[in-house]
Amino acid sequence: MSTRTIKVDYIARVEGEGAMRIEINDGKLTDVKLKIFEPPRFFEALLRGRDYTEAPDITARICGICPVAYLMGAVHAMEMICSVKIPKPIRDLRRLIYCGEWIESHILHMAMLHVPDFLGYPDAIAMAKDHPDVVKKALKIKKIGNGIMTLIGGREVHPINVRVGGFYKTPTKRQLESLVEDLKWGLDASLDMVRVVSGLKFQDFEHDYEYACLRHPDEYPFNEGRLISNKGIDVPISEYDDVLVEEHVEHSTALHSYVKGRGPGHVGPLARYSMNFDKLTPLAKEAAHEAGLAETCYNPFKSIIVRGVEVVLAFEEALRIVDDYEEPDHPYENVEPRAGTGYGCTEAPRGICYHRYTIDDAGTIQDAKIVSPTAVNQKAIEKDLWHFVEANLDLPDEELQWECEQAIRNYDPCISCSAHFLNLEVKRT
Amino acid sequence: MIGVGNVYRSDDGVGIVVAQRLGEQSRNLHIDEASGEGASLMAMWTPSDHVVIIDAVRSGSSPGRIHRLDAYKAPIPSEFFNYSTHAFSVAEAVEMSRALGTLPKRLVIYGIEGKSFAAGSELSKEVSSVLEQVIDQVSADLSASADENRVTQSDSQEVPHA
Repeated sequence: MSTRTIKVDYIARVEGEGAMRIEINDGKLTDVKLKIFEPPRFFEALLRGRDYTEAPDITARICGICPVAYLMGAVHAMEMICSVKIPKPIRDLRRLIYCGEWIESHILHMAMLHVPDFLGYPDAIAMAKDHPDVVKKALKIKKIGNGIMTLIGGREVHPINVRVGGFYKTPTKRQLESLVEDLKWGLDASLDMVRVVSGLKFQDFEHDYEYACLRHPDEYPFNEGRLISNKGIDVPISEYDDVLVEEHVEHSTALHSYVKGRGPGHVGPLARYSMNFDKLTPLAKEAAHEAGLAETCYNPFKSIIVRGVEVVLAFEEALRIVDDYEEPDHPYENVEPRAGTGYGCTEAPRGICYHRYTIDDAGTIQDAKIVSPTAVNQKAIEKDLWHFVEANLDLPDEELQWECEQAIRNYDPCISCSAHFLNLEVKRT
Repeated sequence: MIGVGNVYRSDDGVGIVVAQRLGEQSRNLHIDEASGEGASLMAMWTPSDHVVIIDAVRSGSSPGRIHRLDAYKAPIPSEFFNYSTHAFSVAEAVEMSRALGTLPKRLVIYGIEGKSFAAGSELSKEVSSVLEQVIDQVSADLSASADENRVTQSDSQEVPHA
């Protein structure tokens, strides 16, 4: 009997620590595991007994690249419990800071973490020597994202200006207008980036995913909407736990999520795009068409193009918000705690990020549940690897390993977030 | 001169503290404060600059130890600056800048071994006790840079660009 084991003990260019192991016996694929050994951090437990106003800043520390997703999930849940209505300028500023996070996160993943896979470089630094213009442009785009975060959030990493009810301090119209020149440059540059990544060579690989994301009647989803899927989910976010459930698997410190009664769900840019194409801005639609994308996309390798389209959208949305902005009378709404359970589900760059809290009359957190997008995508990643390896068993180990790592990075997995979650191992017998 | 860190995280603020102190002492110094995020950091320099970066590090040696790294002598070890937003921080910014040919013509990085990175605005005793030494060493580096600059400038005056 011959065994081939392909393993990566520590998957590079993803946030956090995980590994991959693939086992092939007598030419047949027998096991695929995405192992997550990032130590669990017990955020849900440490939130118990803390004040409801602390949840946004505590949970934002789950992730250095998508803190806004956690800030937003927490504030929306608490505001649901306390029946707070958020005025338009505050709602718009929340969308704007989310645009900043999408820009930062997407462009970093596209240019620094994922393009090297397509072009055959071990990392972005090696790639930068041969493709300096792409890297320089990406870095400048990222810096504009940082600028939005700094202005609205107080600093570029781990913003500290978001609170239940609104913001501690809101910017003046003039301050927002100072972003305009950069945003316009960023819009053009992001259109260029879409062109660049659409010219990459893509694996011929598609899968019939269950795409889950938010859907809002009037806009491309960031903060609000119903939870929907292309296989029949259509519920308010308060019914999330009825449709997406979690289980413990031995090889992962992150709980595995799946769609109740069906199997893996897939969240993130491909899901959002395929379920909300009609809500993209005309320019983003045009960029997608020019890049050769249809209105839905089931090839995970093409997620890099979809991220680019979402960066275009984020710049356009940011420009619209700056233009519409009227300074609010007060930076936040007053919030009085009361006993209850609330839900927050927003579109992090990697997909929906779910929060549920129960607080008592004094505002003390009794119970918390947080599900990161990567926790949901773990099963989809394993399934992709399974299908991909099965179709490519004749590839030599080294090549197979390279392609598998690329397949994992299609999801821009954030392992730190999910551990509540890469090394790659392929074993052939 | 770029101070990197977070003054609300105890010893992580040492880079900012040194930068501010040197800023008070010298009017000819351009001082920047940075979080350590790579893209923003790289945008702070050009190839014609002389740059000193000061940051707290956690490399496993004794608190208060002063590490001095010259970017032109060896690559900057990424495990030194333990901070990751998808691993694009001080070390990656310097190496990316080297790859892109945008590295300042002189780049020295001081890493001060921290003890406590907990919430709080006080430096630990170990780090406080080396503050003056760090400032003296950085000042010496800066005057060496200034001397080198004067030599370069006088060189370029003698040989004007065509």
